[in-house]
Amino acid sequence: MKKNIEISTNALVIETCRSFVHSGNNGAECLFVGTVRDQTSGQSVVKLQFEAYESMAIKEMEKIADKALREFDISAICIHHRTGTLTVGEIPVIIAVGSPHRQAAFQACQYAIDTLKETVPIWKKEFFTDGSVWVSAHP
Amino acid sequence: MKLLAFGITREIIGMSDSSRTLKTSMTVGDLRKELCGEFPKLKELNTLAIAVNETYATDDVEINDADVVALIPPVSGG
Repeated sequence: MKKNIEISTNALVIETCRSFVHSGNNGAECLFVGTVRDQTSGQSVVKLQFEAYESMAIKEMEKIADKALREFDISAICIHHRTGTLTVGEIPVIIAVGSPHRQAAFQACQYAIDTLKETVPIWKKEFFTDGSVWVSAHP
Repeated sequence: MKLLAFGITREIIGMSDSSRTLKTSMTVGDLRKELCGEFPKLKELNTLAIAVNETYATDDVEINDADVVALIPPVSGG
């Protein structure tokens, strides 16, 4: 069982994450790739800025990976998150899971992205043509 | 204690990190009350979590002089 966690200002590479979880024992490899959408509630998004409390974010991502490895029948998990300024179509997050069977791979992948969005101290600010907002900050 | 603020809390407080003088036996809840009094905009946030030494802390946790305390507004990674 193995995990790979990374936060980087460089562009994320899907193949790097996939290779990490690749193994002859796997019957399934599940990839989640988050991408920057061009609009939020009808407002055009110009760019997103991601900020992390990096040392704590790494710890929280490790917890997610450890729990996924414990609770699902998977062999490996890779979670990469990007910080800095991203434009439409770029990739803020990749999660890759390798597993003997597809069901556990899907479940672990969904668990990892859902939990990341709830617990990992990373924030995004959306920039529109006429202003900016920290996502989810206010009711 | 060293205080860190991220995302919108960094903008509200107007800094990224600073040392604050500590009252004796201050808890996370005491700090929350003090900061919300000083910066009322913190009360308008959906949630405001506080981490002590890189771990989410409940309001009853005691803060010591050497601790690193971080303000965690609603996270929005991914």
